[in-house]
Amino acid sequence: MDDQPKPPPDTAKRRFLTIATGTLGSIAAVAVAAPFVRSMMPSERAKAAGAPVEVDIGGIEPGLMSSVEWRGKPVWIINRTPEMLATLPKLEEQLVDPHSTQPLQPEYCQNIHRSIKPQYLVVIGICTHLGCSPTARLRSGDENAMGANWPGGFLCPCHGSTFDLAGRVFQGVPAPVNLEVPKYTYLSERRLLIGEDSNGA
Amino acid sequence: MSKLTGLLNWVDARFPLTSSWKEHLSEYYAPKNFNFWYYFGSLALLVLVIQIVTGILLTMSYKPDAAQAFASVEYIMRDVPWGWLIRYMHSTGASMFFVVIYLHMFRALLYGSFRKPRELIWIIGMLIYLTLMAEAFFGYLLPWGQMSYWGAQVIVNLFSAIPLIGEDLSLWVRGDYVVSDATLNRFFAFHVIALPLVLIGLVVAHILALHEVGSNNPDGIEIKDNVDPETGIPRDGIAFHPYYTVKDIVGVIVFLAIFSTVMFFVPEMGGYFLEYNNFVPADPLHTPDHIAPIWYFTPFYSILRAVTYPLFGIDAKFWGVLAMGASVMIFFALPWLDRGRVKSIRYRGWIFKTALTVFVISFMVLGYLGTLTPTPATTMAAQILSILYFAFFILMPWYTRIDPVKSVPERLQT
Repeated sequence: MDDQPKPPPDTAKRRFLTIATGTLGSIAAVAVAAPFVRSMMPSERAKAAGAPVEVDIGGIEPGLMSSVEWRGKPVWIINRTPEMLATLPKLEEQLVDPHSTQPLQPEYCQNIHRSIKPQYLVVIGICTHLGCSPTARLRSGDENAMGANWPGGFLCPCHGSTFDLAGRVFQGVPAPVNLEVPKYTYLSERRLLIGEDSNGA
Repeated sequence: MSKLTGLLNWVDARFPLTSSWKEHLSEYYAPKNFNFWYYFGSLALLVLVIQIVTGILLTMSYKPDAAQAFASVEYIMRDVPWGWLIRYMHSTGASMFFVVIYLHMFRALLYGSFRKPRELIWIIGMLIYLTLMAEAFFGYLLPWGQMSYWGAQVIVNLFSAIPLIGEDLSLWVRGDYVVSDATLNRFFAFHVIALPLVLIGLVVAHILALHEVGSNNPDGIEIKDNVDPETGIPRDGIAFHPYYTVKDIVGVIVFLAIFSTVMFFVPEMGGYFLEYNNFVPADPLHTPDHIAPIWYFTPFYSILRAVTYPLFGIDAKFWGVLAMGASVMIFFALPWLDRGRVKSIRYRGWIFKTALTVFVISFMVLGYLGTLTPTPATTMAAQILSILYFAFFILMPWYTRIDPVKSVPERLQT
């Protein structure tokens, strides 16, 4: 036995086994990485927290706004006066997307005032640039240091993006698109349901 | 043979104790002409130790829970024995870490320490810097103040600018539709365990790579090119221990004096080290009127804000994020951008000296502008300075080649 010379190693077989082990090992590593990565997505509890909210809008005086929380985000309801609504058609030249062509609102809000009833604007108060909450500068003119030509609207304190009274973004600011309008529906003359419309969820 | 020597021999037969001591300290030969700028490597190591020790102690009293986090930090400040000291040490340490790292990186620019054969030391160092930025960002959410909250909101939303996968990516990072308890909990996990492990690993790799090729010096001359043939030791080298350990202790004492002054007398540093808005609990429905990142991120933040024009049909937000990412990442390319025939500023010509000066001024002014509320004038200034910032790197292959350099001597000039 000991005298016999050892047969040369079968390198082709060794290479096959190395590649097979490596491949299967990599598949196993990817397979185990998938649940690790997935575990960082929103949990079932976080998903369930996105239920619609009901709001009474009767108490909002003309020219003022109210803010409610939906899915952890501020939703604004602005009671626009006829003078405020009159500014909207005049701004077309200064806006990025005056006709709301980007799908940031339900179809029934794709109009000049971006709402179901022209008087009430319902919009998510999160800047489309990087997610700060803009501050209201509802009055027109230089009253709040926005310059004499300011038509009224919103200013994001983080990076200076500006929006008009329909949440449409002005040109030359970092925010790329208009503010998002959530799904909503009127339950009655003064009650709104935010997060759900007549088409269901 | 004494008992102690016996024990040492016993260990050395089983673990490379004496040989490691020699290789990295008592027989690691460093150039004899290290100056002021060479303090910051060992100081960075000191700050890392301070952050780890104080961090462990803070973890013992902190609650990573959106309902309790803010109050638990106040509890540390008021009720935990010496808690205020430990917390201020950690918050001052975070800013001082960046002070030290920025000076350490500036040293590399001055003396060409990133140049061949030290490219990998530079790349590992840049990875340390990136990890440190992530570590600081995750840590800043933990006190759950207004700045914590809205800062995290802005930075996480940066990912959403990436086409196609962006929205899902920021959802994955947050673990919720907005920055919430889930986000706080995972940022805590990253801040106290994941990134510190990576950081320590990278620091070890940084030092191993440095000790493999040997240190650069203010003359940018390779001391290994002139070795005493009898001893094999570089003629211009001195043992790191005791010579540089003693020198570094002087640096440590001065540094700790400055550190203590900040920590005891101005821990908030006028709102630069701890921002005023962060003493208000996080409110997801109200963004503070003035929001700015902490000072060490402001140069890059200014570059983000400076991009206000859409390009090639893609919106300005994407280009802003891209410019900000590029402004950090471009440092990685430095070893290959610099085509100068000499390493050290001592032998460079006026062109490089001017370029470096303009770059440093741009970096600092961008940093200052990043702390301000944007106005058309500051945006315009940031745009010009961003161009100068990038020009330093992009034009480097050209201006370093035509730079009128001086001749480099054979031996170190002390």
